[in-house]
Amino acid sequence: MPIADRVAVRLRVNGEEVAVMVPPYKTLLEVLREDLGLTGTKHGCELGECSTCGVLVDGRPYLSCLAMPLDLEGREITTVEGMADGSEPDPLQVAFAELGAAQCGYCTPAMLLTARALLDHDPHPTRDAIKEALSGVLCRCTGYLKIFEAVELAASRGRRHG
Amino acid sequence: MADELAIVGKSLTKPDAFAKVSGQTRFADDLALPRMLFGRILRSPHPHARIVRVDTSRARALPGVLAVLTGDDLPIKFGILPVSQDEEALAREKVRYVGDPIAAVAATDEWIADEALELIEAQFTELRPIMSIEQAIAADAEPIHGTSNVHKAVALEFGDTDAAMLAAQHVREDVVFFEGNTHLPMEQHAAVAQYGADGKLTLWTSSQTPHYVHRALGKVLELPMSRIRVIATPNGGGFGGKSDIFSHELVAARLAMVTRRPVKITLTREEVFYAHRGRHPVLMKVKTGLTKDGRITAMQFRSFLDGGGYGSYGVASTYYTGALQATTYAIPRYRFEAVRVFTNKPPCGPKRGHGTPQPRFALETHFDKVAEELGLDPVELRLRNLPRPDSRTVNWLRITSCGLEACINKVVEGSGFLERRRSMPRGRGLGFAVSSYLSGAGTAIYWNDMPHSEVQLKLDRNGGVALLCGAIDIGQGSDHILAAIVAEVLGVALEDIQLTTADTDLTPIDLGSYSSRVTFMAGNAAKAAAEKVRGQLFEAVARALPCDVDDLLARDRRIVRRNQPAEGVSFAQAVQLAEAAGGVVTATGSYTPPKLAGPYKGSGVGPSPAYSFSAAVVEVDCDVRTGEVRVPEVWIAHDIGRAINPVLVEGQVEGSVYMALGEALMEEQTFRLGLHKFPSLLEYKSPTALEAPVMHTYLVETIDREGPFGAKEAGQGPLLPVIPAVANAVYNALGVRIDEIPITPDKVLKAMSDRSKRVGPASTPAFEFPPLIKADVPEEWKGK
Repeated sequence: MPIADRVAVRLRVNGEEVAVMVPPYKTLLEVLREDLGLTGTKHGCELGECSTCGVLVDGRPYLSCLAMPLDLEGREITTVEGMADGSEPDPLQVAFAELGAAQCGYCTPAMLLTARALLDHDPHPTRDAIKEALSGVLCRCTGYLKIFEAVELAASRGRRHG
Repeated sequence: MADELAIVGKSLTKPDAFAKVSGQTRFADDLALPRMLFGRILRSPHPHARIVRVDTSRARALPGVLAVLTGDDLPIKFGILPVSQDEEALAREKVRYVGDPIAAVAATDEWIADEALELIEAQFTELRPIMSIEQAIAADAEPIHGTSNVHKAVALEFGDTDAAMLAAQHVREDVVFFEGNTHLPMEQHAAVAQYGADGKLTLWTSSQTPHYVHRALGKVLELPMSRIRVIATPNGGGFGGKSDIFSHELVAARLAMVTRRPVKITLTREEVFYAHRGRHPVLMKVKTGLTKDGRITAMQFRSFLDGGGYGSYGVASTYYTGALQATTYAIPRYRFEAVRVFTNKPPCGPKRGHGTPQPRFALETHFDKVAEELGLDPVELRLRNLPRPDSRTVNWLRITSCGLEACINKVVEGSGFLERRRSMPRGRGLGFAVSSYLSGAGTAIYWNDMPHSEVQLKLDRNGGVALLCGAIDIGQGSDHILAAIVAEVLGVALEDIQLTTADTDLTPIDLGSYSSRVTFMAGNAAKAAAEKVRGQLFEAVARALPCDVDDLLARDRRIVRRNQPAEGVSFAQAVQLAEAAGGVVTATGSYTPPKLAGPYKGSGVGPSPAYSFSAAVVEVDCDVRTGEVRVPEVWIAHDIGRAINPVLVEGQVEGSVYMALGEALMEEQTFRLGLHKFPSLLEYKSPTALEAPVMHTYLVETIDREGPFGAKEAGQGPLLPVIPAVANAVYNALGVRIDEIPITPDKVLKAMSDRSKRVGPASTPAFEFPPLIKADVPEEWKGK
């Protein structure tokens, strides 16, 4: 990839301003993983089919494999690395760990972020609402049940800082 | 102070959980090394063709391309089984499926690597593709390998089944088909290779079987194994799909050697479908003779396996389609014939349940029909033919603990099966089935007398415990099981255990995370190592206190006197005492399964030191207009021996049920004109969160005498009864028999409108099986 074809992209990721020089066609997924070292964001198809690459943009689930970083300048991007508040994990992270909702852990970052978007919008979702919200994120390990239970447990404990 | 368990049996958080929920777990594709290149593989566009020419000159000339490989660069054949060394890292003379690797490039970025692939000119002479079992057996096209498409044919008989069949009061025969499907791990396979200036090769790979990859690298690269280090990275899902030797692992290694730069190859999702090694399509015929009160007198079972283009685990898969019939049914006389053929499809191999979900579907739907004919309920038929604990099956499999009856009772009572199945509205139904699975294969993949699993412990003077084992966590929780067992024996906390796993330079051998073997075998090795090192600590403490060694107990990070717990030392002090006395405090433990194979050729597949048992009831809700089958509720009971961590066992059971429902209702790997119909996550249908049923999971503990703390397997067995239970439930709901997996809406509608009220194969192809190997039957079956 010739250097001359690169463009400067300024992004706000996990609350930090970052700037990278990348080919304009490089996806957000690639920029996060390869240029910013945020390998917590995974990929399962790079075609927008599995949501394994899910991140949050302005608090809403977003497929990073289909997103062009230039389009996201000025938006707030959150990856799994940005879920914890310093040393304090997100209640969803704690609940997923406690209930065995992360088996291989590969879909886990996207599952957690998608669940976070749900709880921010609906702090006490029904089981059906959880199923609906997570239905785009494929998991092959768990059969989804421990994930539903973990989301419910986290919801019952409430958002951190009350 | 009692000897109750402090860690084993508790649903504690597994040691790798927080790394996983924080995105810190480093999967293979997350690794990046300085000066790393990107490798890509050119794959065959033809299902069956002779390679005429592969011209790489234009690709080599592309700026940014550092190396291009073809088959001649890696000419040594390999395969996971010593009897099936039929694969090449890059095909040399022939391609055998769409996706068969032909050439590879390493370039400074992935775009250049992709562009280089397009510049490779490959010419082929196309051959007639062989795309089905029938075509392979017909033998009217050029064979895929050698002179015949028959890869393996077996014929075994235990007692005179023909005579028993003649004497039977009731005989039934069924023919069913199970279409192939694939593992679909969310993580695509990936490998990173580095060849150091010291002449040492390191391969990081998402593999369930780093030891076997290590052996294959040594063979194909012609390097001494001592100069190769294989590190398995945490697998982002395996399910059997990462337990073979893959082209990209060998290619990445060779590219690193050629370029002297690190090389990463990550498969695309489409390539994962070609890597496959998944569920074999199997056509089966089952015939059973019974007394009129429903006691089995004989069984004859035939299977035809569609193996795809290469051997892979296929010889083992072939035997597995006939191995476990008699672990759930007391069958006095048994004949098993099977043939695996080559076809021009991606190679099939082991997927969760390896070779046994297909015959289990055949068996459990068959017995549902048999029960109806005999006027028995399907539960009663099973109860009349239960295997006994501490027995040998007619094909010589040794059963130790057996909780099958308890499993049956749990799901039947929990679901109200017997009453509710008679009163369901049309479209709703309940189905029932049982199963059994191995806790690790009793024989290794390559013949040797060494242990199957080994663990090393090294204690440090601060009380930390380094645990080294070759086993890799593929999401099943093996890290936790190892740590929990060692922590339990040493009386320390889980967080005191530091794990180093699956690194061939550092860790003693474990054969791999396949065949449901790690909890059982690595668990036993860990327990042995921990008991040995605890003995050293007890001796040192007994000298210091002083007291009798037998008087000591390890608990709560202390070594104390059993009846005077105030008298004792901290665990760290105990280590210091032992280290002062004898230097480094370390011990190893190994596990070698008992020699259990029966006295006949082919007896190596099937024996296991212990078998798990499962029973399931599935409720279906069928849409009579569309033929769609939904599963609102599942009751599943699993004889786990002992649950070392109940929440992890439940996770394995629930994941098995989920995967079974996908296979039962939607997942299939099928082909059109040699092309995979669905090589993407969108088109290959798998269940989403919306399809997740309510599940009632019952863990039955039988405390197996051979398992670590009595534990048996959990990862595969619970998948097995669910698929036939779905089919039986569809019959209960609609009165139609779908004798073919998956049970898709079109088949349901077709069966409903067809006079036979059935969809499924009518017959099996004519095939001359080899002469029967007539094996002796165990003493307990003589004269029965």
